[in-house]
Amino acid sequence: MTAETVIGAVGKQAEFRTCQYTGLKVDVAAQTLIKANAVAAVVFLLIGGLLGLSVALTRWPAVHLLPAEWFYLALTGHGANVLLFWIIFFEIAVLYFASAVLLNCRIAAPKFAWLGFILMIVGALLTNYAVLQGDSSVMFTSYPPMQAAPNFYLGLILFAVGALIGCVIFFATLVIAKEERTYEGSVPLVTFGAITAAIIAVFTIASGAVILIPTWLWSLGLISNIDPLMYKLVWWAMGHSTQQINVSAHVSIWYLTAALLLGAKPLSEKVSRTAFFMYILFLQLASAHHLLAEPGLDSSWKIVNTSYMMYLAVLGSMVHGLTVPGAIEAAQRKNGYTKGVFEWLRKAPWGNPAFSGMFLSLVMFGFIGGISGVVLGTEQLNVLMHNTLYVPGHFHGTVVTGTTLAFMGGTYLVLPLIFQREIIWPKLAKLQPYLFGIGAAGISLFMMGAGTLGVPRRHWDITFSDAPIAFAHSAGAFLMMGLNGISAILAALGGAIYVIVVVGTVLFGKKIVGGHKLTFPLHSGGGAAVSHYGSEGAVKLPGTIILITIFFVSFVLYYFINWKYLSELWLFH
Amino acid sequence: MSTLEPVPSSERVPTMQRILDNTFLLLFLGVTIPTVLYILWGVMELVSIPLAK
Repeated sequence: MTAETVIGAVGKQAEFRTCQYTGLKVDVAAQTLIKANAVAAVVFLLIGGLLGLSVALTRWPAVHLLPAEWFYLALTGHGANVLLFWIIFFEIAVLYFASAVLLNCRIAAPKFAWLGFILMIVGALLTNYAVLQGDSSVMFTSYPPMQAAPNFYLGLILFAVGALIGCVIFFATLVIAKEERTYEGSVPLVTFGAITAAIIAVFTIASGAVILIPTWLWSLGLISNIDPLMYKLVWWAMGHSTQQINVSAHVSIWYLTAALLLGAKPLSEKVSRTAFFMYILFLQLASAHHLLAEPGLDSSWKIVNTSYMMYLAVLGSMVHGLTVPGAIEAAQRKNGYTKGVFEWLRKAPWGNPAFSGMFLSLVMFGFIGGISGVVLGTEQLNVLMHNTLYVPGHFHGTVVTGTTLAFMGGTYLVLPLIFQREIIWPKLAKLQPYLFGIGAAGISLFMMGAGTLGVPRRHWDITFSDAPIAFAHSAGAFLMMGLNGISAILAALGGAIYVIVVVGTVLFGKKIVGGHKLTFPLHSGGGAAVSHYGSEGAVKLPGTIILITIFFVSFVLYYFINWKYLSELWLFH
Repeated sequence: MSTLEPVPSSERVPTMQRILDNTFLLLFLGVTIPTVLYILWGVMELVSIPLAK
């Protein structure tokens, strides 16, 4: 019995082409699905990005762009479009690439995959429609007793069902590849990372169904009450785990990019796979850090889920933080860049937007999103910044500088390899990851700074101008919000260039034919490195060791500075 | 020196590698552990909160 007979859709004979740059056999049906999902992702990024810019300009007290009703509408739409639609459409494209393309096999049941895609599109449009009607400004978390229009929840449910179909197609494609022996031994590491993302996606979507279906029935008047704390508990199993799908997917893209551009292999397959295994077992439990201030849950549940289990997943991230730059250094040294400690890094292809996007994502995810995530996930420290702007600062460090930047970098590989179009305006493309990365890092850092100074999240007016008792934040908080607004403009500019280059390339880019030399070339051994199981083995990596030492020193300093700060608040003398 | 490591069919595959190669076992673990530790335990905590009178 094949995977397709199990899910009831025996496909016709697949049609393949061979990629001239990687040597990979590409199923044309999978290629079309990857294109469709990638295009949809970029469209929703555009919508979500514009809404995000309007939110940041409203939070900038000197500008204060939108009235309150529009602010909450824009904040809701921003969250749904970028945290769910942009990211998950792109991730479905990653799943199809990591299964059908990297395993040289046909995609399972492409008609079902299209059904999933259509459901995701309909769901995303329906949710956007509900938000734009103005009666669903419940923000991304949509906590009851705030109630959105039924179409808001229905859209999310349809989107989730479509994404679940995408995951089923991915797993079925893995079964087909194994049955038809299109690879030997274990799947490549990038595919293993995609498996990790898909597993977390199944848990995420199931949790979403468990909470969103009754909430939809509640909005229709068929259920009288939704317990707010029960909602928060189950909703965060979806809400935070969606971001764990991202982490697994963007780490996979780090390995993919290093392999394709530099011929990098993992330093150790065993170590990198164990790190992904840590994600599979423990990463979703970090959802609990959103509930660390809830009195209804006791400390045992909070500490086991965050301080014990979450740290094991953090260990996984730190392993990837060592092995990805380590693999890059090893590959670059093999490519001839052996002088000194950092020639491998100085002579890396910084002018290739796929590389710069990937490396900036790696550094910023670790230093900004990663370190702040551990601080937020520590029960005692969490009270310092719970429900302040520090929280969106942290997740912009993970989702924007980490995931979005990695996905943007990955797009510069997808365009020539899957769309088979040469990237137009390469100078703009070179600039784009830096512009977006600096802007996004600024957003994260300045929101965290403002949060540390007590500025609340989800608040239209930080001046509290209509409050009966006057209150004013420090001048530093206002400075942070202004710098956040300027950073948002930079990031929006970088995002706009990304959309223009991508759309322009898809529509007007020169069609790549046999013998074409890419503007942003790949490594000659990239295709083999990315599609086979294999380790680089033991090599000396002095540059990576120095980078990792800097990271650990920063991590420890920041962690203990927060404990010091906490001790001052407690006034234990 | 880089090495490709296809596992010869005659060689015994290490247990950990067999676990990591078993996608559906990983799926089971990845869904069950957070369901038990996060959701079920959390729900039990919430339903045991006494109702206000």
